[in-house]
Amino acid sequence: MGEMLVLIDHNDGQPRKVSLQMLSAATKLAAEAGQTVSAVWLGEGGADAAAVLGEHGAAKLYHWDSPDAFAYVTLPQVDALEAALSASGADTLLFASSNHVKDVAARLAIRVDGGVITDVTDLAVGDGGRLHATKEVFGGDLITTSKVADGKVALFGVSPNAFPVEASGGSAPETVALDVTLSEAATAAKVTSVEKVGSADRPDIGEAAIVVAGGRGLGNEQGFELMEQLADVIGAGVGASRAATDAGWYPHRYQIGQTGRTVSPTLYLGAGISGAIQHRAGMQTAQHIIAVNKDAEAPIFQIADFGVVGDLYKVVPKLIEELQTRKG
Amino acid sequence: MKVIVPVKRVPDTAGEKKLDPNDRTVDRDGVESVLCPVNEFSIEEAVRLKEKHGAEVTVLLIGPDSAQPIVRKALSYGLDAAVQVTDDAISGSDALGTARVIAKALESMEWDLVVFGNQSADARTCLVPAAVGELLGVPSLTFARYLEVNGDEVVVHREHEEGWDVVSAQLPALVSVVEAINEPRYPSFKGIMAAKSKPLTVKSLADIGVDDGAVGLGAASATMYEFEPRPPKSAGTIVDDDGSGAAAAQLADWMAEKKFV
Ligand SMILES: Cc1cc2nc3c(=O)[nH]c(=O)nc-3n(C[C@H](O)[C@H](O)[C@H](O)COP(=O)(O)OP(=O)(O)OC[C@H]3O[C@@H](n4cnc5c(N)ncnc54)[C@H](O)[C@@H]3O)c2cc1C
Ligand SMILES: Nc1ncnc2c1ncn2[C@@H]1O[C@H](COP(=O)(O)O)[C@@H](O)[C@H]1O
Repeated sequence: MGEMLVLIDHNDGQPRKVSLQMLSAATKLAAEAGQTVSAVWLGEGGADAAAVLGEHGAAKLYHWDSPDAFAYVTLPQVDALEAALSASGADTLLFASSNHVKDVAARLAIRVDGGVITDVTDLAVGDGGRLHATKEVFGGDLITTSKVADGKVALFGVSPNAFPVEASGGSAPETVALDVTLSEAATAAKVTSVEKVGSADRPDIGEAAIVVAGGRGLGNEQGFELMEQLADVIGAGVGASRAATDAGWYPHRYQIGQTGRTVSPTLYLGAGISGAIQHRAGMQTAQHIIAVNKDAEAPIFQIADFGVVGDLYKVVPKLIEELQTRKG
Repeated sequence: MKVIVPVKRVPDTAGEKKLDPNDRTVDRDGVESVLCPVNEFSIEEAVRLKEKHGAEVTVLLIGPDSAQPIVRKALSYGLDAAVQVTDDAISGSDALGTARVIAKALESMEWDLVVFGNQSADARTCLVPAAVGELLGVPSLTFARYLEVNGDEVVVHREHEEGWDVVSAQLPALVSVVEAINEPRYPSFKGIMAAKSKPLTVKSLADIGVDDGAVGLGAASATMYEFEPRPPKSAGTIVDDDGSGAAAAQLADWMAEKKFV
């Protein structure tokens, strides 16, 4: 029986939410295609995570328990995935469609003659068990279906929150240690330090089920403290428009939009954001959209499920109070 | 030091984008084409390398004749020369196909550092720089929010969700930059005038040693076979606040009803 591989994206020894979402989706797809799901864990900590990966459908776990995986840029992970593909004979791999992992997929595709589809929001089993991928392009204006050419290894970059997490209740997977020999090229680009400056308690906007975002209407950097307070009441991540990141009010990695990040949370709340086309390109796939803006004509109201026309400095503090009361 | 900046032509980000229903490639007739805005940042970084290290900077664009104004636009920032690879067979290439053409073009040029944008504003795959790195067997230090060249070493801060990694490699190397890296300046009048006479070499696939069959729509490793517009959204509830913030209560009710609290 063939194997479908899922590359587990992890942080501090824990699989990220998107990894469990991918495993849950792969479990259904693999069953339909007559395959089984194998997780791939690169770097230390794979064995410790085996149980949770099994609960979400992994029948097998390929792991490479080495600090080298992230000590050099991209290539060790490519070497290890090449080993995982050859050990499993798989022709399909799901990976988290985030920036650094896309690099790994791009290089892997060149090496193994594969095709890559990034930012996938849905997958279905097509003829011959090959997967077909749904992807939104032009900032969500068009919904497309694509597939990787027959005979090529298919690499699918899965967007966060595209699939629900569903535990299948499986037992711990069979674990297979990957035999990885690093190529000389793999150690050419060194990672000399890792700077983590994000909040440990606040979810990243890529993963968060709720994202609150602030724009030029905040007027200053302190406005983001208000947005963070709001975020922390509802467990949201905090994002920003380009006007706000350009002004230096919030770091660029939280910029949502065409030249920033794409978020697809279940709820997006924008305050002091006009909803320019380039901003919408990064958030209009959110399931529910809330807008707070003092200008009733702001384009964001056209895509809002709930809009408040008013001063955010009046509405947001009140909203924080109201939400706190409802939480009890 | 020799630096190459690959740049892309894209439909204006503010315009409505369409796909050609026949070949499902971007329909460029209806909207104005521009230099990919992300490349304004890679060009600015190259200009800084010129100022700091006396780098000689060449623009590289893969695209048809009609993209030539975009090459001139890139030159107007004060860059030295340009190479454009133009060939009917390239039409419909996917990211990996484009990467193959860029890699072969780079093999036919002299360089120490290549500065990409982290993504193109239309395709947004982010795949091209790393794929080119793999094809050429050189490091790709992507998503740079900071870039520094010291002798024959390049140091980059690679942005990620939680912050950044400090990484380094020996030249030759590829980097891609994110918007946070700098604040692009506008081309000067002098630069715009000078761009008209900067050397531009147009090459065909044969010139750079690429087989026609290796690229284009037919060779694409991933193909789109269906597309449909996003279904329109039904109108939402819009409430006017009376100036006191009281409307927040209605919003909180709505959020509670949808189980967000
Ligand atoms: C190539 C290109 C790429 C781009 N990429 C991106 C991108 O990735 N992401 C992005 O966001 N933008 C991007 N932009 C910029 C985009 O076009 C807009 O300029 C930007 O999104 C505007 O940000 P904003 O909504 O915060 O500011 P504005 O458009 O200035 O809107 C501010 C809003 O705040 C409201 N407001 C002011 N004060 C208050 C108050 N007290 N209470 C309530 N409301 C208030 C105003 O009514 C206004 O609607 C890009 C632009 C280009 C050309
Ligand atoms: N047709 C092209 N010609 C030259 N450079 C390109 C082309 N397409 C993409 N690039 C480069 O690759 C970067 C990343 O694009 P992408 O991988 O398509 O998101 C861009 O910022 C450009 O530097």
